[in-house]
Amino acid sequence: MTGIPHLIRTQDNSFFFDAAAAGRLEIQRCVTCGALRHPPGPACPACRSFAWDTVVSSRLGTLHSWTVLHHPKDDAFTYPLGVALVDLEEGTRFVADMSGFDLDALEIGMEVEIGFGEHAHGEILPRVFPRGAAEGVATEAGGAQ
Amino acid sequence: MSGFARQTAIAGIGATDFSKDSGRSEWQLACEATLAALQDAQIGVEEVDGFALFTMETNPEIAVARALGIPELKFFSRIPHGGGGACAPVQQAALAVSSGVADVVVVYRAFNERSGHRFGAGPPPFAYTANTDQEYRNWINPYGLLTPAQQEAFLARRYMHEYGATSEDFGRISVLSRKHAAKNPKAWFYERPITLEDHQNSRMIADPMRLLDCCQESDGGVALVIVSAERARDLPHPPAIIAGAAQGVGPQQISMSSYYRDDIDAMPEVELVARQLWAQAGIRPDDVDAAILYDAFTPMVLLQLEEYGFCGRGEAPAFIRDGHLELDGRLPINTHGGQLGEGYIHGVNGIAEGVRLIRGTSVNQPGKQLDHVLVTGGSPVPHSAIVLATDH
Ligand SMILES: [Zn+2]
Repeated sequence: MTGIPHLIRTQDNSFFFDAAAAGRLEIQRCVTCGALRHPPGPACPACRSFAWDTVVSSRLGTLHSWTVLHHPKDDAFTYPLGVALVDLEEGTRFVADMSGFDLDALEIGMEVEIGFGEHAHGEILPRVFPRGAAEGVATEAGGAQ
Repeated sequence: MSGFARQTAIAGIGATDFSKDSGRSEWQLACEATLAALQDAQIGVEEVDGFALFTMETNPEIAVARALGIPELKFFSRIPHGGGGACAPVQQAALAVSSGVADVVVVYRAFNERSGHRFGAGPPPFAYTANTDQEYRNWINPYGLLTPAQQEAFLARRYMHEYGATSEDFGRISVLSRKHAAKNPKAWFYERPITLEDHQNSRMIADPMRLLDCCQESDGGVALVIVSAERARDLPHPPAIIAGAAQGVGPQQISMSSYYRDDIDAMPEVELVARQLWAQAGIRPDDVDAAILYDAFTPMVLLQLEEYGFCGRGEAPAFIRDGHLELDGRLPINTHGGQLGEGYIHGVNGIAEGVRLIRGTSVNQPGKQLDHVLVTGGSPVPHSAIVLATDH
């Protein structure tokens, strides 16, 4: 049994989970001043505007930091598990688990790509892949591959 | 100097044994620690009129007041953010006493954190509540970051990358703590020191953090009694004057996952607390003679040394290698053995050690005169710390 809590969906963040389920990585954008923000929230910390929309991320980024987890183990993952903190091209950061990497060869600054995959409770959420190897990304028609 | 600075003191400290299975209720541990602290202060139980606690404390003040027959409470408050808030209840107590709202305020933390729910095993029970307080988990937990060690690993890795720090640099904190614990009969790791090689051979938990970078999990309770400095002077022990007590939240603060700041291995909330403490106490980092730095995980001790201004950014590894943290060094730390060596009572056992250092009764008492001792709460979460001073 997994110990991972269920997602807490709110009016501020549902866009993100809906987009991920469709194979898109979206970032919240302030309509008033244009600042991007992640994680999502109700207001822009730069100008305090409540008006926001979203942009679709290129999903390309580099490793800002990383860890490889050994203990404790949750049933939702296989271990050792790489987890990445990614600097996205758009300037925001993003955390996700890693797939397809040689965990002994991780380096800060390494080029990565965000894809998507099934997580603990069946949700489709972002996952970090080597550049060019992302799975689960939306096609131009809008559906996930 | 702030209005409340140096107006109050910790006059009593008390603790249960620190174990892996206390064999009694958390409620009893809270009561035992409270009675021990009042006994130490030579203050009657019925005189207690205030409590200041953690929100994570599962024994409410009314339960302890009821069990111990404390007739009236005029002040009671709870501070969030777990170990980050460890020193904040002392600030609450100092504010309450210095303002005349209460006269005798007890701070306690008591739990069966090893034999009951273990913080290192996964999210705590309250993590499963769907509210704004827990919403931040959406951005870490589904991806595998479930425990404090896992959530702090990004910072440790980034710090190594930026400044060339190594696992050995973290390990020296563990070795030092276990050396002190080895001489402390109350410590779980009494007479069990480790070497740097032991640290390097310990298994990886959340790379770069190894098992011996992580504090213990413990059952036990610690309590403190705060009264006015004036009253404390008439009590049996030399007062540990509360010269400063501060809380801090920094920009874009998230609980244990402030990953979206420019520098994730900087902790502005800690620097904010430091700035307040020095102003309140009328001192500078150079005036701090010893410190108890919150050591749930060794990398955070290095980052705190830098945020408190004991050394420059990136200089903590060299500062440690140069022996400044040893008992005869510039800044002896964690003389009780820390949470790595003595026990994990969410930082409150460290406050008790701060009081012993001021009294001159630590089992690892440094040889020099100690006028000011810094005690810190956890990081990287909303932070708190106090400066204890000898009475002159
Ligand atoms: Zn804005």
